[in-house]
Amino acid sequence: MRRASWFNIGSLALGLAFLYLPIVILVIYSFNASRLVTVWGGWSIRWYAELIDDRAMLESAWVTLRIAFLSASAATVLGTLAALALVRFGRFRGRVLFSGMIYAPLVMPEVITGLALLLLFVAIDIDRGFWTIAIAHTTLITCFVTVVVQSRLLTFDTTLEEAAMNLGCPPVKTFLTVTLPLIAPALVSGWMLAFTLSLDDLVVASFTTGPGATTLPIRIYSEVRLGVKPEINAVCTILIALVAIGIASASLLAKFHHGGRGAMAGLAGR
Amino acid sequence: MFAPWADPAARPLVRFDGVSKRFGTATAVERVSLDIFSGEFFALLGPSGCGKTTLLRLLAGLEMPDDGRILLDGAELTTVPPYRRPINLMFQSYALFPHLTVEGNVAFGLKQEALPKAEIASRVDEMLALVRLEGFAKRKPQHLSGGQRQRVALARSLIKRPRVLLLDEPLAALDKKLRSETQFELMQLQESLGLTFVIVTHDQQEAMTVAGRIAVMDHGRLVQVATPQEIYERPTSRWVADFIGEINLIEGSVTEVGRSGTVVASAAGRLRALSPADVTAGDVVWVALRPEKVRIALEPPPVEGENCVAGQVADIGYLGDLSIYKVRLDNGIIMKTAVANVTRLVERPINWDDRVWLTWSSEAAMVLTR
Ligand SMILES: Nc1ncnc2c1ncn2[C@@H]1O[C@H](COP(=O)(O)OP(=O)(O)OP(=O)(O)O)[C@@H](O)[C@H]1O
Ligand SMILES: [Mg+2]
Repeated sequence: MRRASWFNIGSLALGLAFLYLPIVILVIYSFNASRLVTVWGGWSIRWYAELIDDRAMLESAWVTLRIAFLSASAATVLGTLAALALVRFGRFRGRVLFSGMIYAPLVMPEVITGLALLLLFVAIDIDRGFWTIAIAHTTLITCFVTVVVQSRLLTFDTTLEEAAMNLGCPPVKTFLTVTLPLIAPALVSGWMLAFTLSLDDLVVASFTTGPGATTLPIRIYSEVRLGVKPEINAVCTILIALVAIGIASASLLAKFHHGGRGAMAGLAGR
Repeated sequence: MFAPWADPAARPLVRFDGVSKRFGTATAVERVSLDIFSGEFFALLGPSGCGKTTLLRLLAGLEMPDDGRILLDGAELTTVPPYRRPINLMFQSYALFPHLTVEGNVAFGLKQEALPKAEIASRVDEMLALVRLEGFAKRKPQHLSGGQRQRVALARSLIKRPRVLLLDEPLAALDKKLRSETQFELMQLQESLGLTFVIVTHDQQEAMTVAGRIAVMDHGRLVQVATPQEIYERPTSRWVADFIGEINLIEGSVTEVGRSGTVVASAAGRLRALSPADVTAGDVVWVALRPEKVRIALEPPPVEGENCVAGQVADIGYLGDLSIYKVRLDNGIIMKTAVANVTRLVERPINWDDRVWLTWSSEAAMVLTR
């Protein structure tokens, strides 16, 4: 192994500082006792305490969590079905098109996804709000679940399913008793990834939201435009912690169960 | 004597009728027609990649034949899905369920039948005792040795007492001693339960030991289907003779076909052998001779009339129970002879470079046309 030179350590520190210094400052300032954002007034958790009384903020957090939970669950079901179709049905007609369409949201600018969904909701004349955001988020994050589950299915030993059928187990039951338990870790990590993606989405949510459904990112964004308040720092710190826990446990799960490592590494960097 | 294949009135349990299976352009199984009878211990023997596993998978319903039909008890089996066939397969790769314990794996087949819990438990215990894994019921397959996993796979496929049990190289991971013990246990089991076993192996010793009949396969085709004795003593081709056991092959042409046998003119002189049905003078044939049927001596034989060739000892191999002598004949042909080491020899009477005479009776030699 090469010894770490001062140059290497220096460039690593610089890179990490560039990426994380703003976040570190935000976290530190969330513990600032002073009301003025730019003045350090000593350590305190008073903004966290004040959050508890901020009804609007709590309301938004609750909406965000519900949306994230719903859309992550729906995306896990849809994404798993798509992954099964891609891996198991061989070279069916239109497979390339299908996989292209599944992966498109991965690279599509969110503004376009958001705008397209907004147009759709307007066209079919749905009241925009909680449910439209949930649907839009499902559209946005299904492909991530597909990537994670697909890479697990590719390494799945199909002779296990053959063994189950050989022992008298019909196909659907085989899927439920053999395949599903074995790919469950990939489903869980796909779900967590989807959950965190929904949690921190601003663009698509602001396109598809309506009266009465303000998610946390939307509220933070609109409040910050009126001036940075210390409570916002506290909310953001909590969000960061949630997202970090979600991503870390998703990639840990993927690592422990071999499957999906490559996909997770690629996605976690997004 | 149990030999339903020799009885034209016997109904086969399993019938392959011109079955072919192709993967892309490669043919894994080619026009196989084969009858397997109830209560048989049947072995499929052949080199790696010859289609043995594919044949079993066709029978288990995990592959669909491209051509031909498979019948069970005279009824079409090709349309029956794998989970409704009374046929269990022990996979070459074991395919144990990693999320279940040893017990869970073994019980899996019975759980599909909705039997009472107590009965499942007692049959699982019985099965684990049979494969000597009593202490391992709660372990996961990942925490077992290769041989133990193999026994779990065996127990799992046996527990449903299927009409036909397919074993794909079931004993390959066992050491020699455990393997021969398990071979005899398998034979006893098959006999006592009255099941039909089809075993795949590339170990000819194993096939000879356990099976009542052997099918030798090559490149997806059946080359010969017969009892072990017949395959060993009367192979139908050079390929089979060479694949099963050791063989000396001497090429020549038939000069005489008579009641006393066939005379073949070869580079090793005129050789006498029993005639197969279909040779005539002038045919190019091979005289095939098992090494253990050749006698070796330091002096020329006193009696005439037997086959006799002279040469020089080129190599001696000591195998414990046998000694193998490689003899270079005067015309350059190498012949092998095996001599049982009956007495404990301090010094070998026959040594390297000794001049020796090889003799064999005409009944010992076979004439092969292919
Ligand atoms: N799913 C498949 N796709 C393509 N080719 C296959 C497939 N399964 C088997 N084959 C080919 O068919 C031939 C027969 O394979 P098979 O597994 O039956 O051999 P085998 O006799 O069991 O060999 P071994 O003793 O090594 O297990 C091989 O040439 C193999 O490459
Ligand atoms: Mg095989």
